[in-house]
Amino acid sequence: MANPSFRVDVHHVTRVEGHGNIVVDVQNGELKQCDLEIVETPRFFEAMLKGRPYGEASHISSRICGICAVGHATASLRATEKALGVEPSEQTVLLRKLNFHGEMLDSHILHAYMLVAPDCLGVGSVIPLAKAAPDVVMRALRMKKLSGDLCAAICGRHTHPIAMTVGGFTHFPTTAQLQELRDRLVAMRSDVDATVELFQKLKLPAFERETEYIALHKDDEYCFIDGKLVSTDGGEWPIEKYRLVTNEFLVPHSTAKRTKNQRQSYMVGALARFNVNHAQLHPRAKEAARALNLAPKAVNPYLNTVAQVVEIVHCVEDAIELADRLIKTGLTWRAPVQPPKLSGEGTGACEVPRGTLFHNYVIQDGWISGANCIIPTGQNLANIEADMRSLVPTILDKGQSEITLALEMLVRAYDPCISCSTHLLEVRFE
Amino acid sequence: MGARPKVAFFEFTSCEGCQLTVVDSLQTHPELLDAVEIVRFREAMSEKGDDYLIAFVEGSISRASDEAQLKQIRERAALVVALGTCAHLGGINTIRNRQELQSVRRYVYGDKADWYETYPARPLSAVVPIDAVIPGCPIDRGEFVAVVTALLQGRKPWLPDYPVCVECKLKENVCVYQRKQTCLGPITRAGCDAICPTYGDGCEGCRGLIPNPNLSSMKNVLAEHGMTADETLAKTTLFLTYQMMELEAGTDG
Ligand code: SF4
Ligand code: SF4
Ligand code: SF4
Repeated sequence: MANPSFRVDVHHVTRVEGHGNIVVDVQNGELKQCDLEIVETPRFFEAMLKGRPYGEASHISSRICGICAVGHATASLRATEKALGVEPSEQTVLLRKLNFHGEMLDSHILHAYMLVAPDCLGVGSVIPLAKAAPDVVMRALRMKKLSGDLCAAICGRHTHPIAMTVGGFTHFPTTAQLQELRDRLVAMRSDVDATVELFQKLKLPAFERETEYIALHKDDEYCFIDGKLVSTDGGEWPIEKYRLVTNEFLVPHSTAKRTKNQRQSYMVGALARFNVNHAQLHPRAKEAARALNLAPKAVNPYLNTVAQVVEIVHCVEDAIELADRLIKTGLTWRAPVQPPKLSGEGTGACEVPRGTLFHNYVIQDGWISGANCIIPTGQNLANIEADMRSLVPTILDKGQSEITLALEMLVRAYDPCISCSTHLLEVRFE
Repeated sequence: MGARPKVAFFEFTSCEGCQLTVVDSLQTHPELLDAVEIVRFREAMSEKGDDYLIAFVEGSISRASDEAQLKQIRERAALVVALGTCAHLGGINTIRNRQELQSVRRYVYGDKADWYETYPARPLSAVVPIDAVIPGCPIDRGEFVAVVTALLQGRKPWLPDYPVCVECKLKENVCVYQRKQTCLGPITRAGCDAICPTYGDGCEGCRGLIPNPNLSSMKNVLAEHGMTADETLAKTTLFLTYQMMELEAGTDG
């Protein structure tokens, strides 16, 4: 196959959230086309938020994505709180962080075990995996259950949280519930260690491409909520200046907006967070990174899953510490902080499982008059395409099915959340 | 037992939260996996089967080009089940049905608005006949298991026709109206175990209206609790836009 001609055409990449197609067109050994098409129906969330009372925003925007519902709700609440001058209490901040870890763990475990591990073990999905390695699947389900229970105790349910509201919470877990969750998290450490061991064995493609990595950063903690934007290319921006970082643009083959910063593309997500914030990881997570051979700055996008495993370790440890603090101070029922004013503009930013998420609202007399949401997958799309365009020429001598698998695995490594990026997956070879 | 019935999952305009809830219920009810054969579940598996008895469809229909696929699913499946509020009633996607379509497109996509096809969001039943619904945004895990069990036994699934208030009182919750909040529990179909009031928040009507809801009395209660007409309209058009617009069309004509 000196000068191959073929077309990869994967219609609806599976085991990702939402719809996207990969289209690759190679003629006489030359790459003519290499696109990631987003075929999801446009959702129009920004238009839906416009004209609604501010109190509804977090409930509407959590429906952007069933997997990162807590993340959307949190970013939404922070945007509203900043617009209306609300300072949440320390208890609220701690509870939100703990709740956030529940979602991060749930999403990372789902992605690493159910969506990526089958590729590495050469099976089509988690269902044959359940037959081939039932203990692995049972472990994943156990860990996922605890993550979900953590969210349920704090906000009612993980998919579309109930008790999270502007200025605080409408319901609080009991100390006994927190204690029980804390004990289960401690007991989960052996499952976490087994997860690190499993991913030590998995072989991921060796493909590297330098790019810009961007994540929220705080000096004193591994940041998931608030902070400032920091790039591995240098540069930092306050959250309010997010548009200087994202620079959104549209391409005709996709319903999702794309972004670029200092290069043609940048990456957000677990690998970007690891590259920017590794110094702030919990010591046990740093140890896991060493065991997994993950060192900053890691430039193989397939390693995103490995960075997720490191974050699983971090989130479990940090959740234990947060629970300890809340148990020590004792949870008290507190009514949500009422906004001192009903008009203003605010931007909320969080590191949701797939990367940095922004919500920006303008509120007038208690009603949302303008909204802008920029989701992680939208920011990663341009970078995924750049990876695809750099990867395909290096593997042209492989057969079509191998190329297709490599591309699907690449897209999946980003853990794209397509249903919310429509403001993505099929590989089509031609 | 003979061959296990084949089931498939599909999604249109949705957040995939209902399918995730299905994954969660399979966790707590692994016996379901022995009772059925899943031939298609894009979110969890690569295999794609086209032969299935029951189709669970999540999401609302929000562009004309989606209709053909739904009709094909209808032709292939013996039973089509609407999974969640988006599929059952159009869900959150119908909020924009009260806005002018072109302005919605322009607001999100600017001068590129015409690149994107869309029409007012609608429930599955506006396009094809539906055999059963599992209400809620997201669906309730227990109810999913109960509906699947009924369907497998050849029974018509039962849904409560009384309001959320009934479940709420059984749980001995403090009524959120006593905490100066508002709640659509009196007009909303029960079955969620009143989860929102239990977590301190008023019901938003995600499961749809009970049969013959007393809307005027509901509106009076909301007004008595200080809600303006605009606020009441917002409250009743979060999940209920499609049903409300149908009722309005009915009274006008
Ligand atoms: S009904 Fe709710 S949870 Fe289910 S898909 Fe629609 S928005 Fe998501
Ligand atoms: S909180 Fe809502 S559902 Fe519960 S009793 Fe009051 S009105 Fe009814
Ligand atoms: S209480 Fe109301 S809004 Fe909440 S889940 Fe039940 S029906 Fe839906």
